[in-house]
Amino acid sequence: MEKKQIIKKYEDKENCIKKKCIFAAQNYNQIYKQKQSTIMLNHYETVFIMTPVLSDEQMKETVKKFENFLLEKGAEIVHQENWGLRKLEYPIAKKTSGFYHLFEFKAEGSVVKEYELQYRRDEKIMRYLTVALDKHAIAYSEKRRNLRKEKEATKEQ
Amino acid sequence: MAQQTDIKYLTPIAVDIRKKKYCRFKKSGIKYIDYKDGEFLKRFVNEQGRILPRRLTGTSLKFQKKVAQAVKRARHLALLPFVTDNLKSNQ
Repeated sequence: MEKKQIIKKYEDKENCIKKKCIFAAQNYNQIYKQKQSTIMLNHYETVFIMTPVLSDEQMKETVKKFENFLLEKGAEIVHQENWGLRKLEYPIAKKTSGFYHLFEFKAEGSVVKEYELQYRRDEKIMRYLTVALDKHAIAYSEKRRNLRKEKEATKEQ
Repeated sequence: MAQQTDIKYLTPIAVDIRKKKYCRFKKSGIKYIDYKDGEFLKRFVNEQGRILPRRLTGTSLKFQKKVAQAVKRARHLALLPFVTDNLKSNQ
């Protein structure tokens, strides 16, 4: 009798563990599926400086090129700004000015690496900076955008 | 004892009442410091273009770190100089 009881005890324990394992696996699957369905899109902002040697058309072409690259990689461009020809505070590659351009986009983290590689390969790019935006930065950039719009509107009037 | 209190100084003792410094970001509720705004960042930089210490500007540690980060980013993009002379007088 004692032996049987002990065996039963062990069996019960085993069953219990099995049930727990199955439950954990199901749970894990659910969480994993959820994660897969909502791929994290991060918010990035990138500024780059092109050489002042370019003509306006060439400048626009290069901007288009980078824009298209981002779109190809499935990024969503939230905003872009062209600051035009600006004086540099210190000379870079013996140039004292450059064309500034800004992109704000949503993309996966892996896109950034490929995108920066494009910068490095392009000789027309003198400097670049890509920054991930946190929630405060996003709020700020939205505010900034609205301010810019208002300014342009008042200028046109 | 009475004589001690009668001591008169030739020059009045300088008791300077300083205004207490405060963190302007905390006070005005700024949460993000933009590296693209070079003119604003010039307030946290001395004439040679070096970042001013907290003890002078009164910025809290949390925001001093952000200011430093922003200034460094601005320098990389040539929006602020690494070194110069008379940064402020040029304005």
